[in-house]
Amino acid sequence: MSELSINPGIEIRDSDRELQRFRGRLIVLGIFVLTLFSLLFLRFFYLQVVQHGHYSTLAEANRISVLPIAPHRGIIVDRNGVMLAHNYSAYTLEITPSKVQDLEATIDDLATIVEIAPRDRRRFKKLLEESKRFESLPIRNRLSDEEIARFAVHRYRFPGVEAKARLFRQYPQGEMFSHLVGHIGRINRREVEQLEKDGRLTNYRGSDYIGKTGLEQRYEKFLHGTTGVEEVEVDSGGRAVRTLSRTPPISGSNLVLNLDARLQEVAYRAFGDRRGALVAIDPATGGVLAFVSKPGFDPNLFVDGIDPQSWSELNGSPDKPLLNRAAAGTYPPGSTFKPFMALAALFYGKRTPQQAISDPGYFMFGGHRFRDDKVDGHGMVDMYKSIVVSCDTYYYVLANDLGIDPIARFMALFGFGSRTGIDIGGEVTGTLPSTDWKLRRYKQKWYAGETISVGIGQGYNSYTPLQLASAVATLANDGVMYRPHIVNYIEDIRTRDKTLIEPKPLRELGIKPEHIKVIKDALIGVNKEGTGARAFADTPYVSAGKTGTAQVIAIKQGEKYVESRVAEQHRDHALFIAYAPADKPTIALAVIAENSGFGARAAAPIARQVIDYHLLGKLPKQPAGDD
Amino acid sequence: MPPVLRRLWRFLTMHIDGILLSAVLLLMFTGLLVLLSASNGSYMRVSGQLMNMLVALGVMWVFANIPPHYLMRLALPLFVLGCSLLIGVALFGEIANGARRWLHIGVTRIQPSELMKIAVPLMLAWYFNRNEASLKLRNYVLAALMLAFPVALIARQPDLGTALLITASGCYVIFLAGLSWRVIATLAVVGLGSLPFLWSALHDYQRQRILTLLDPTGDPLGTGYHTIQSTIAVGSGGLLGKGWMNGTQTHLDFIPERTTDFVFAVYAEEFGLLGNAVLLMLFLFLIARAMIITANAPTLFARLLAGAITLTFFTYAFVNMGMVAGILPVVGVPLPLISYGGTSLVSICLGFGILMSINTHKKLVQT
Repeated sequence: MSELSINPGIEIRDSDRELQRFRGRLIVLGIFVLTLFSLLFLRFFYLQVVQHGHYSTLAEANRISVLPIAPHRGIIVDRNGVMLAHNYSAYTLEITPSKVQDLEATIDDLATIVEIAPRDRRRFKKLLEESKRFESLPIRNRLSDEEIARFAVHRYRFPGVEAKARLFRQYPQGEMFSHLVGHIGRINRREVEQLEKDGRLTNYRGSDYIGKTGLEQRYEKFLHGTTGVEEVEVDSGGRAVRTLSRTPPISGSNLVLNLDARLQEVAYRAFGDRRGALVAIDPATGGVLAFVSKPGFDPNLFVDGIDPQSWSELNGSPDKPLLNRAAAGTYPPGSTFKPFMALAALFYGKRTPQQAISDPGYFMFGGHRFRDDKVDGHGMVDMYKSIVVSCDTYYYVLANDLGIDPIARFMALFGFGSRTGIDIGGEVTGTLPSTDWKLRRYKQKWYAGETISVGIGQGYNSYTPLQLASAVATLANDGVMYRPHIVNYIEDIRTRDKTLIEPKPLRELGIKPEHIKVIKDALIGVNKEGTGARAFADTPYVSAGKTGTAQVIAIKQGEKYVESRVAEQHRDHALFIAYAPADKPTIALAVIAENSGFGARAAAPIARQVIDYHLLGKLPKQPAGDD
Repeated sequence: MPPVLRRLWRFLTMHIDGILLSAVLLLMFTGLLVLLSASNGSYMRVSGQLMNMLVALGVMWVFANIPPHYLMRLALPLFVLGCSLLIGVALFGEIANGARRWLHIGVTRIQPSELMKIAVPLMLAWYFNRNEASLKLRNYVLAALMLAFPVALIARQPDLGTALLITASGCYVIFLAGLSWRVIATLAVVGLGSLPFLWSALHDYQRQRILTLLDPTGDPLGTGYHTIQSTIAVGSGGLLGKGWMNGTQTHLDFIPERTTDFVFAVYAEEFGLLGNAVLLMLFLFLIARAMIITANAPTLFARLLAGAITLTFFTYAFVNMGMVAGILPVVGVPLPLISYGGTSLVSICLGFGILMSINTHKKLVQT
């Protein structure tokens, strides 16, 4: 102590001051610490109190993922339960393009593990062009268990590639039903827009497919079902950790058809190599029993997008397999038109059944000779005979007597020239000629000479096989018309509720029963002693029919049509209409065999096989040939 | 208590600061709790960290028992060794994650920048202490150069986070050593003026991090991902948190590096603002105690070293929490005493050991 007071050393004073200064600096840093921590606390307050709601929402959005669960699509079966469209579960290999750096290299790599055909690549390329980048697209479908196992082992090498278990649509009957059942396909942009407009898009959140044609398209609303929702907790990798809630999907309804798949098969095979169409209808209900358009195509090709090569093969084929001949193909009805012409004559009181004409083998009108195909003529011909022997002259004269517009008005009753309203799309109207029609179509007046060939189902006449079949069914059902419908009922698979399609008749034509009886008797005569007699020889049932031959090209005046001299695609179409049993018909049909010559020879045997199977359960031994 | 045990107890606790230790232990305990949640209840991870803690506490005890003047002798050799190793890294270093940070020495590899975290403040404290009697501007400039050399090497690796932290620790020493306010003000002006030039000297990824900080949504799946997810974790925690082991961001794997650098996101999500306040108080308590020790340190060397250790600790904590809360760029800085990892624990506890040593050896020095 004394030392200090004696010697107030500079060093100690300095040291004191240094310490004070140091502590001052330390206090500054202390304030610095407090300030920064306060700042942190304010930030925490801002995040955790002020913005808490916002960040909670974000955290929930991170955590919860709402996954759609696609419903099972309803199946389609025929009247006996034969499967026409069903689903099966299989693995598919899918690539999400946005997650893959080099698509080509990835696919090449994949090809070393699972088989990837050039077809698969082409199809993938096409899908890629049509899709958004973040969608996953199938590169291979229906992988075998072994392939799946192999892929699982190498999975780590393929980010963005996934094996998914999915339900596939399959059409086990293939091309026989292609135009009828139709097919589904991947939803395209136009369909997305349409769904959005209809407010149905949310129901398609989990769906990749939609009905594109046929029944698949028309009954889409029923077949699709209701998409379910699953709320799952996911981790940062998007993997589901647990399910939070689940609304199960509701499966689509099943379609049960009026159609008899085996009858369809009999009809399809009866055509042999020929192109053509056949529509068979139950006259008492309008239910479609068979609906053939030949050739068909394999609808399974279209389900996951058809590859361009197969497409151009189908689209470019001269046989036009993509054309639905039964509803969208139009043909002159030829002589199958005659019974309806005769009925029109009775309807308008222009002929009595007994009234006969003398047929010299032609009808002269305006200096033009309309020939009968029997050169010498049929002699005296009354209404019965006119149908049974298919006399042209009788109908030339009749058409001329009736006039085109009365003919058109009568034929319209039977549905000629308008869509039948069958429950698949793509139907066309055909052409029912009239003065109005010609004015609208060609801006020209109708010439009386043009009416003559209309009488024998030629000229401007052009109808679909479906219209013809519907008209035959209406006739067979004594003028009570039903709308043809393929589906019998829609079955809700949960409630087992059945919704019947078209159970009521469309209209009664108001034709006198005695008039109809005249025509029906004549049609029975055709198969008994007329042009259909050979094809329908020795049937244990009584049938009614009418042959027809439709010209594809016009034959010059004075020339004779010789089949062997005409190119195949210019040969006449063979037609036949029929129903049976004659007294209480259960089947009415129209057949057209393209470029096959006479109806009696080519089309009637097809009808015979179909009716034989339908009534007797008899399976034909071979296609309905010329002999 | 039997005299033998009493003597053992005294031997063990003689140089230990109880207040500092209890704060450290509380934080460590908190760390273990968070880690248990962050690792989805993995006792492996927790027991591993427990081992790290025991080792760190051992190191703390050892350093608490080393008188400060021994450390003074170590300052220069350690600094020289550190700088040599950094040069070695620059020449022969091993590249990992795009940066040359590691050096192979025989069996193991080391990261010399870790050593510099303690060697730099030690060196500067020693240097100022040596020239205590006649501190001129020249000395500060020289000190700044001693700081700049290793910092430049580390920044070149590149390891901007470590470089900035070492710069901070050096600056604390220079500031505490009494650099005049006038010089500080001048430097501040010059520093702000040179920001644009600094910007152009940065690496692309470093610039990216700063840009991401300003707008994390600009790159939500890339560099912004960490910040966005950790901010969501903190914000969704709310006032009271989602509860221990109940953080969805944590348990569904949305928080990256959630046991190490981003462990605070886990804590904030599960314990909320209340938990954050408690943690800040704990850190403040620890820092306050360390500051008192600093203020009472007997020599300039001890004061500067203690101050540097204290404020570096603060800086780690602040930078880490600031990063998780999205107000600072993402730099690889663990949350001291909480984050998983032995290196960080040991170096932090080593620092606290030195603080304890300074606090408990001053009487011996004075007598």
